[in-house]
Amino acid sequence: MNIFDILGPVMVGPSSSHTAGAVRIGYITRSLLRGRPVKASIGLHGSFAATGKGHGTDRALAAGLLGMRPDDMRIPDSLVLARQEGLELDFHNIQISGAHPNTALLNVVSEDGKAIEVQASSVGGGRIMVNKLDGIIVNFSGEVHTLIVYNTDTPGYVAQVTGMLAGASINIANMNLYRGKRGGCAVMVMEIDQPVPPEALRWLEGREGITKVIYIEGEA
Amino acid sequence: MAYESLEEICRFCEAEAVPFWRAVLLDDMNERSASESTSIDTMRNMWQAMLDASNAYDETLTSQSGLVGGMGGQMEAWRRKGNTLCGDFVSEVIAQALQMGESNACMKRIVAAPTAGACGVLPAVLVPLYRENRAEEKQIIQALYTAAGIGQVIAARAFIAGASGGCQAEIGAAASMAAGALVSIRGGDCGQIIQAAAMALKNLLGLVCDPVAGLVEIPCVKRNVIGAMSALSAADMALAGITSRIPPDQVIDAMREVGEAIHVSLRETGEGGVANTPSGKEIAARLMIK
Repeated sequence: MNIFDILGPVMVGPSSSHTAGAVRIGYITRSLLRGRPVKASIGLHGSFAATGKGHGTDRALAAGLLGMRPDDMRIPDSLVLARQEGLELDFHNIQISGAHPNTALLNVVSEDGKAIEVQASSVGGGRIMVNKLDGIIVNFSGEVHTLIVYNTDTPGYVAQVTGMLAGASINIANMNLYRGKRGGCAVMVMEIDQPVPPEALRWLEGREGITKVIYIEGEA
Repeated sequence: MAYESLEEICRFCEAEAVPFWRAVLLDDMNERSASESTSIDTMRNMWQAMLDASNAYDETLTSQSGLVGGMGGQMEAWRRKGNTLCGDFVSEVIAQALQMGESNACMKRIVAAPTAGACGVLPAVLVPLYRENRAEEKQIIQALYTAAGIGQVIAARAFIAGASGGCQAEIGAAASMAAGALVSIRGGDCGQIIQAAAMALKNLLGLVCDPVAGLVEIPCVKRNVIGAMSALSAADMALAGITSRIPPDQVIDAMREVGEAIHVSLRETGEGGVANTPSGKEIAARLMIK
């Protein structure tokens, strides 16, 4: 934890986990969707479901989906702003077995028809963890630059991606590989120290067998 | 690598002949690869955000639950009558602590220090000193580094979340940070800073986290007041030369041990303590229907 995790963040209250963290979950979901969300169905699990309303968790998640940061003074009015901006919201309580007490499951659709399912938890002090993307375990915080590559589960993709990063002088801090079933869809999640240039992302997207590339700029 | 003990910070200060706050600044520059001016600018923004939050207090607001609001205004009105038991300065500290806690509950912008629930403690002691011209901005920023360094050690050795260690981990940590900050402003040395931090935390050991209906409102807003009081008294004791017989790092370790022993019903679950009183349960039931 750096000193501004201790003294900070500057945030709209009342709870770093139930409000600031929830804004971050909404915000990162918007980044992962790569488009303006028009429809969001949001399941609240555990403490998010039990005390979310009094902590403004619903408004916080909506604010993040609208592109607000945890210190945005418009957070309390986000449900009204969502209606004005054509974002249709549905909140309901769910139970996800084994999930962190402060977890949300968001099914979001963008204006150009892209859809994504994000399961994320608020793990304390406003910090978050994205647990699953479209049902696949990923576990990343979004605090640093993060590159996520979906590909078919066949040999050589890790070498291609890491080779590209090496060529661009990008250092990998953490890397995890996940897949559903053998030969199916695989996901690489890399936390990296330098930003990825747009042309490198386009190159990746153009490779055969790479089905989706998501890149999130870190906050720091 | 961030500091893991207060003794370690003091040893560094002695070896390098730098004040406590500077040891924390140098470590931050190293940890985040930040220049001195970048780091100081970020800290100045934190202070400005605290001042803005203080100025933005609105005594007419109540929280969405309807449970808190207006107390900061009531305390300020009582202070202005000039007949308080605590005297003018301490009464202003009380009013500030209540105001920041209420602003947080009303979804206004605050600075988590170290948490949103404990956001009132540091500004409660710093803002009145600043407004009365008893501390300059430069001293306040140095004091905030001092506070952050203490908080970092508490987070590393124990915890700063009510769900992990009870209210002592939030208000206790905030009080400890604020005590060190106050000694820093008054020119105390490293030893006095960590003694103040130790005494402020020690006097709040065992404080449970028992929020009614799980909300950061009852008893959280008023707990900010006791955090500020613990900080003020510990800082004056340290400046008087009084020390904690138990070394500061051992006090933090004790906080961890106590936190782990606190029953889960008293760690931010809203199941025990004042949350479990007939009135607390009645409020929770009423809010669930609403």
